[in-house]
Amino acid sequence: MKTKKIYLDYAATTPADPQVVKAMSPYFTNVFGNTASLHGFGAEAKAAVDASRKIIADALKASAREIYFTSSATESNNWALKGIAWANKDKKHIIISSVEHDCVLTSAAWLERQGWQLTLLPVDKNGMVNPADVAKAIRPDTLLVSVMHANNEIGTINPIGEIGKICRERDVYFHTDAAQTFGKLPIDVNRLDIDLLTASAHKLYGSKGAALLYVRTGVRIQPLLHGGGHEGGLRSSTLNVPAIVGFAEATKICLSAMKEENVRLEKLRDKLIAGVLKAIPNAHLNGHPKKRLPNNAHFRFDHIEGEALIMMLDNLGIAASTASACSSPKLQPSHVLLACGLRPQDAHGSLRLSLGRWTTEAEIDRVLEVLPGIVEKLRKISPFK
Amino acid sequence: MYSPKTIQYFNNQKNYGRIKNPDGIGKVGNIVCGDVMWLYIKLGKNKKGEEVIKDIKYETFGCVAAIATSGQVTELAKGKTIAEALAISKDAIISELGGLPPIKVHCSVLAVDALAEAIYDYFSKNKKPIPEDLQRQHEVISESRGIIEDKYHDWIAAEEKMHEAGRER
Ligand code: FES
Repeated sequence: MKTKKIYLDYAATTPADPQVVKAMSPYFTNVFGNTASLHGFGAEAKAAVDASRKIIADALKASAREIYFTSSATESNNWALKGIAWANKDKKHIIISSVEHDCVLTSAAWLERQGWQLTLLPVDKNGMVNPADVAKAIRPDTLLVSVMHANNEIGTINPIGEIGKICRERDVYFHTDAAQTFGKLPIDVNRLDIDLLTASAHKLYGSKGAALLYVRTGVRIQPLLHGGGHEGGLRSSTLNVPAIVGFAEATKICLSAMKEENVRLEKLRDKLIAGVLKAIPNAHLNGHPKKRLPNNAHFRFDHIEGEALIMMLDNLGIAASTASACSSPKLQPSHVLLACGLRPQDAHGSLRLSLGRWTTEAEIDRVLEVLPGIVEKLRKISPFK
Repeated sequence: MYSPKTIQYFNNQKNYGRIKNPDGIGKVGNIVCGDVMWLYIKLGKNKKGEEVIKDIKYETFGCVAAIATSGQVTELAKGKTIAEALAISKDAIISELGGLPPIKVHCSVLAVDALAEAIYDYFSKNKKPIPEDLQRQHEVISESRGIIEDKYHDWIAAEEKMHEAGRER
């Protein structure tokens, strides 16, 4: 029997909203100019990028010249860490949380190998950073604190306002990776004392290939990419105009519906969480029970392995993801789950279901209908019960 | 990333579960990612009077490749003489599956090792002479098993208690 496919991996990437695609389309053909060109074609493209920059800056309560377009959240995070480190060599200490995305972790580790000093902040069992730990970790030579807004895996939302305040008081730059939250949760870079922020279009129904780094005026940063001097000389590269226009359109749509959409998603999420925990024995919720992304449900099931689980779901047309060691390129359990204090075997049977704009209640019901049977089947195959 | 054949084996799991009073049990663990496979064999005689694997079952805590290769090894070994069963190689399994992603090759080793261990267990329980190759393989496997048993201490303990309880009932 073939049923409609169910996509529950919105945290990995989202389909572009048709309205976004429509907004983008003229910029592939008619308005194709290079923003750096002097002629009318270039000017038209530049006007579109300027307008987009303004829309996105407004969404963050930032000013347009503080928004730098990049190609991906990975680039933005690399740039934030390395660019700040290179521009401020008098201070050599960097603090990040232990549940950051791999691109932050590996950039920081790379800097450490170049002579910077690194502190990894612990998290509690729900994956949350304690602001008091940030305060404790800051030293006179601390340059930067980077703590993600919400975790991509388990969805826990960090108290970044409190962390930002501490950093501001102690005169330390504060960067937050908001790839999972921009367009989904309200963000005011001033109220939250954020100096640098990463966001990416494809997580909010825009296209792949457009992301941004917000850099507060006055923050000293070196470029990662040198070249033709785009983006005020801080990020050379011909601008990806269609993707940037789409990014702005996607932002507009998200902002206009944020409240209602979050209420809707939270309802579906809570139904899913309650349903799974009720129907499946030895199932656990990962991440914070309350302070979590409206669209994130993250479970672990004892005694089974996540990749097999994902495959069985996929066979039924349900797309989800896992942080099992077996499915990771390094065959290592998720650093996020380990940081939450789980043992490797507990991290093995993890399942992330992330909801989005087109998730329906019927889809959630379908998952609740098939998931218990799948877990049971895998437990029958497993030596552990 | 998986071949259609692998997915097919994964989807049509055969021979999973436990054999009551098996003649041999092979318990192996994968120190790479932490997976575990237990394999049970029951022996019988074929028409020629040779000892063959009459029944074989597996229990696997592992990925798609681990489950697929577990099932495949049991299918390949069923009805085979012990010598034939010991000759099953991971390469034969991988080629039968239409290839495995390089990162998943270690999972196919798990199944081959479990079979060897089950046969070893049978030999040693029955005080039969153990071929030299098998003895060597057993020593290598035992080493990594120590690491796994350490890691899964709680779960294995709970499991053995359940086994005990089952026997008493
Ligand atoms: S059993 Fe873990 S990767 Fe295959």
